[in-house]
Amino acid sequence: MSEGRRARPQPTPETQHFWDGTRVGELRLQRCDACSKVYFPPRPFCPACTARQISVFAASGKGRLYSYVIHHRPVPGFTPPYSIAVVELEEGPRMMTNIIDCQQTPEALELDMPVEIVFEKLDDEITLPLFRPARR
Amino acid sequence: MKPKSIAIVGAAETTRLGVIPDMSQIQLHADAALNAMADAGLQPADIDGIATAGETPVTVAHYLGLTPKWVDGTAVGGCSFMIHVRHAAAAIAAGLCETVLITHGESGRSGIGRTRNVVAPTSLSGQFEQPYGPLGPPSLFTIPVLRYMKTYGLSHEQLAMVSVVQREWAGKNPRATFRAPITVEDVLNSRMIAYPFRLLQCCLVTDGGGALILVAAERARNFPQKPVYLIGTGESVETPMVSQMEDFTSSRAFRVAGPEAFAEAGITHNDVDHLMIYDAFAHLPIYGLEDLGFVPRGEAGAFIAGRNTAPGGDLPLNTNGGGLSYMHSGMYGMYALQESVRQMRGTAPAQIAGARISVCHGVGGMFAASGTIIMSNEPP
Repeated sequence: MSEGRRARPQPTPETQHFWDGTRVGELRLQRCDACSKVYFPPRPFCPACTARQISVFAASGKGRLYSYVIHHRPVPGFTPPYSIAVVELEEGPRMMTNIIDCQQTPEALELDMPVEIVFEKLDDEITLPLFRPARR
Repeated sequence: MKPKSIAIVGAAETTRLGVIPDMSQIQLHADAALNAMADAGLQPADIDGIATAGETPVTVAHYLGLTPKWVDGTAVGGCSFMIHVRHAAAAIAAGLCETVLITHGESGRSGIGRTRNVVAPTSLSGQFEQPYGPLGPPSLFTIPVLRYMKTYGLSHEQLAMVSVVQREWAGKNPRATFRAPITVEDVLNSRMIAYPFRLLQCCLVTDGGGALILVAAERARNFPQKPVYLIGTGESVETPMVSQMEDFTSSRAFRVAGPEAFAEAGITHNDVDHLMIYDAFAHLPIYGLEDLGFVPRGEAGAFIAGRNTAPGGDLPLNTNGGGLSYMHSGMYGMYALQESVRQMRGTAPAQIAGARISVCHGVGGMFAASGTIIMSNEPP
């Protein structure tokens, strides 16, 4: 692994619920109470209809591999080659992540394959949502 | 903007391009600006509007000794300069100023006096993209492409052909950084950067700059160079996070900026003689050709591989060699604009005979922003 640590997210008032969720093993998304839109990244109003009445809920943590690159250059905290991926969650939104627990090759990283969340603890405050091939 | 009401009367790049370790970023702005003012026969006292990105307009105005009454510091990445052209045209048309200087300078290779873009760990990118290990554009801009390839069947060989064809154009340009011909095999055997992208599918990193001067068209004949008239302009933004693009096979910002410019110009695609599409990476011309409407969805890879955009093809594209072979300092948009101006003046190294209309399309960030400028050399 390259020396140093990976970039560490710093929560804001609008995103604190997300990072509180990953710390206890929940992927928390937001749903608009008015139009039912599920969205990401977090904000305290609906990006589809601007309603401020929204609810936080625990998502399934399941999705499919939507797109990715396999990075071959050294980055602090990573061992190349490693995937930088986007998954499409069962609930609709897409998010960036890493696909772990599988070969980092085009053959192993098949687009649209089912993936499931793995919670990777960085420190006492931050746990990252990573994904691995679904184990059914 | 009424088509042909605004003209570009000054245009120049820095005297040198490539590796310029003896000049800082601000001096690259100034070198280009002084060259553009000489090109237009103007002095700093003649300039009353300034637009720039990378540096602030304050810094550039002070360094050059300008007293502007109109400023624009729109900084949305490499297409900022297309957007500056659009804003300057609107400002001149509205009577806010008369003579606008747009500058770019960037020490991308040597890193001398460079302003730094740092992603804040509190930003949405800092929280929801940076922790997953991207290292700048080569590992972010490229993320949507596998989805495009699966959706439309674009092959690795077709994607490699973008680089091959642009190198052919670069071979005709004495100022291009890389001029030796390359093959599809060369591209596919070059060092892996971020699968599916290899070194020869990523832009150069060089030093340089460029500047433009715009005035009202009725003044254009008083200047020494052949005027180049603006006939259509467009701009838009989408998202600061490539992971949040609406559609991984198409840029929403492209689909707003491009048609806006075509509608204003009142032209069809068949009217276009010359095309520039900002090519930080090999997929950009593919997305651009489709989002601007030159080619149906999913067909741009085959269109390029079929040599339609190559020397001798019907739609000459990125005739300076592009960001892949000519130069790329970080915000390449200014160099695309310079090549469109050269083609319209009839002074390009790979001049398209009889070219009358040039479309110049830029991207900013990782599909974050877009600007489109359409030029003509035919007088109003």
